[in-house]
Amino acid sequence: MTAITKKPVNPTAHLTPEDIEQIGIELDAIRQDILDERGASDAAYIHRVVDVQRRLELASRAVLLFSSLPPAWIVGTIGLSVAKILENMEIGHNVMHGQWDWMRDPKIHSTTWEWDNASTADGWKHSHNEIHHNFTNIVGKDNDLGYGIMRVDEDQRWHPAYLAQPLWNFINACFFEYGIAAYDLELGRNLRLPKERRSDEFKRNLKNTLKKIRKQATKDYVVHPALSIPTGSFLPTLAANFTANLVRNIWSHSVIMCGHFPEGVETFEKKAIPANETRGEWYLRQMLGSANISGSKAMHIMTGNLSHQIEHHLFPDLPSNRYAEIAPRVQALFEKYDLNYHTAPLPQQVYSAWHRVVRLSLPNGWLATTTVKNLPEQAKLLWAMSTKGPKVRRAAQARLEQQARRQAAAAAA
Amino acid sequence: MSIALPSGTTRSRRGRSLREGLRRVAEAAVTPLELGDVLDVFHPLRRGADLRARIVEVRPETHQSATVLLQPGRDWAGHVPGQYVRVGVDVDGVRLWRTYSLTHGPRADRRISITVKAIPGGVVSNYLVRRARPGQMIQLHQSEGEFVLPQPIPAKLLLVTGGSGITPVIGMLRNLFSRAERPQTDIVLLHSALSRAEVIFGSELRQYDAAGWLRLVELHTDTHGLLDVADLDRLVPDLAERTAYACGPAGLLDALQEHFDARGLTLATERFRAQLVEAGDGGTVTFAGGTPLEADGATPILDVAENAGVLMPSGCRMGICMGCVLPLKEGAVRDLRNGALTTAVPGETGPGGVPIQTCISAAAGPCVIDH
Ligand SMILES: Cc1cc2nc3c(=O)[nH]c(=O)nc-3n(C[C@H](O)[C@H](O)[C@H](O)COP(=O)(O)OP(=O)(O)OC[C@H]3O[C@@H](n4cnc5c(N)ncnc54)[C@H](O)[C@@H]3O)c2cc1C
Ligand code: FES
Repeated sequence: MTAITKKPVNPTAHLTPEDIEQIGIELDAIRQDILDERGASDAAYIHRVVDVQRRLELASRAVLLFSSLPPAWIVGTIGLSVAKILENMEIGHNVMHGQWDWMRDPKIHSTTWEWDNASTADGWKHSHNEIHHNFTNIVGKDNDLGYGIMRVDEDQRWHPAYLAQPLWNFINACFFEYGIAAYDLELGRNLRLPKERRSDEFKRNLKNTLKKIRKQATKDYVVHPALSIPTGSFLPTLAANFTANLVRNIWSHSVIMCGHFPEGVETFEKKAIPANETRGEWYLRQMLGSANISGSKAMHIMTGNLSHQIEHHLFPDLPSNRYAEIAPRVQALFEKYDLNYHTAPLPQQVYSAWHRVVRLSLPNGWLATTTVKNLPEQAKLLWAMSTKGPKVRRAAQARLEQQARRQAAAAAA
Repeated sequence: MSIALPSGTTRSRRGRSLREGLRRVAEAAVTPLELGDVLDVFHPLRRGADLRARIVEVRPETHQSATVLLQPGRDWAGHVPGQYVRVGVDVDGVRLWRTYSLTHGPRADRRISITVKAIPGGVVSNYLVRRARPGQMIQLHQSEGEFVLPQPIPAKLLLVTGGSGITPVIGMLRNLFSRAERPQTDIVLLHSALSRAEVIFGSELRQYDAAGWLRLVELHTDTHGLLDVADLDRLVPDLAERTAYACGPAGLLDALQEHFDARGLTLATERFRAQLVEAGDGGTVTFAGGTPLEADGATPILDVAENAGVLMPSGCRMGICMGCVLPLKEGAVRDLRNGALTTAVPGETGPGGVPIQTCISAAAGPCVIDH
């Protein structure tokens, strides 16, 4: 994706400043309606989800005490995976957003919640709530999902190191919780600093994160396997817990990729965001920077209702059980103002997001100009671009882009 | 038997360290949850849990009031009749804390009860009287309060109550009268209510009167008009000889207090709400690192913060328990009871700030509170 302001046709060009402010007013009205209605049934919902999650996790772990029996391993691992996903997505993520703070229940509150994840609640709340939700999809400011380590935008200059990014992305998916912990800490930036220049805050956060990781690992890889020793299930339980963490990591990574990465989701230039962005402008950026996943009710719950990513980004602190209800109103607003409400089923969004990761791992225009027939030539070109230094790279890049443009023009004619 | 002693202690010490060890393993197995969170799923009233209670019964008393019978958690430490309890009730999903007097003496079945009068527009009182159902859970604190009878019980008592102010007093009476040997105390109960039908515990009180256990003087506003303290000497000629307790509306308590002060007599009172003065201009409240909240001059900072979803310490919510105290780092607040200003200036008022009671303080300009 090219930042919205650099595109030939800016998808918001048809909106007047008055339109944008009107969008803000209409979205505020939707928000107010939910605030007015929010009450006992919402509270009952989250209490039920928490209750079900805790029972499911306990039951699964109990079954896994006998995990040397294959059926027990399978049932326990599935149960634990689902429990961990529920805990991170529908409960943890949303509670830490403050979606349930209005209940004033200290047990379900953004300031007290700690989640089943390598990253600490405090670190995550900072990088996710403050940075990502404020600076959504602003290239260079929003660190969510690998800006910084990955090339996510055409405007970022291509470098051969990016060829490995599909691999990095896959590894990141498998160990996503550690990836999150690392970027909450801004680990890369901090490790590049000499030791004595790292801030006390970083050292404190690092210590807390390591402590958290140790407790998490002790639980999944020491205590529960050890409790399974009497049935000879030490290794099976360890494997089951590892599998459940892996499933949870890949699932949450996929959902989050779907939220901002599919082709067609807009990115923004840092310098094009006005310093005093209005509420309407902020809303508009959230509308275009997110994508939804369509599907069943069970799917919505398992994604923590991040399948309603657009609604979530517009109203991050409304209770997640309400997103489905407001989605039609939000979609109608998109239509009224002729904007693209980006939604598709899960497999399609995952494919689209991965397609973008692969496409951007290659020089701009390379994938578009490659066919089965010219593959050997294109591979040779890529090899040259990767090994022959910046001069060759720049020249080849210019040619590729020209070719892609011509091809697009021909297709349009 | 001096030899057995050390081995006994070692065994119990070993038992304790074994239990401690098991606990540590269990905690490591449920992290990041606390063990209590997991046990709460199965047994929310167990020993060691946060104090809660299950509603056992909601029994109507008058049209406007009901008694809520509660089964408290195992850690309930008991109470002295006349004391109150703070309860946290989830109304429309929102946890609201209020204070209610305990209306029974300690009971054999360990249950406790509160009696609530629904006040017009009152959120929690209307919920408890009309919508609360058996089986629901509420949050609880241990009992508190100084409004209790001295020991030994004085020979002569005067109890003056108005409306729902009967609640702490009925607790005292029930406790006295349920004893195997009823104390030979001469009790006068002066109770004022809107009408005969509005008298909470009316038939019970009249039975006590008929049995000669106390002398009940009922004053109904609809027929007798408001209780005039000038009549007190006529209604209770031996006023000066009686240990006196009063609970009811602020107007009644103020008049009584004046009457007793003028005669150099002491009066113990229980107030259900703080007396407030005219509000000031208001301002904003900022909590450490948060965004400023708009706060008008009439709303306690505690309410402003809770309405914005901030978790706040609180207690009686009327300025007596100090359960809501937080340090004011910067700015000024107005005491809603007397209008007094408290200010904190960084650098001048000590690094810890100035402790303020958020339940009776309103913002008077921009304030920063450390929380
Ligand atoms: C020590 C103590 C003991 C108490 N014991 C009892 C008891 O045994 N039984 C009982 O019914 N209540 C008792 N109360 C009062 C009780 O705590 C609540 O204040 C009362 O139930 C009103 O709460 P609410 O949520 O219904 O009203 P809110 O929604 O908080 O208030 C609604 C309106 O009523 C006004 N208001 C608030 N409190 C009162 C009040 N007490 N009287 C008249 N107007 C009020 C408010 O200013 C507001 O305008 C006691 C209070 C204290 C401090
Ligand atoms: S809550 Fe009791 S003094 Fe404020």
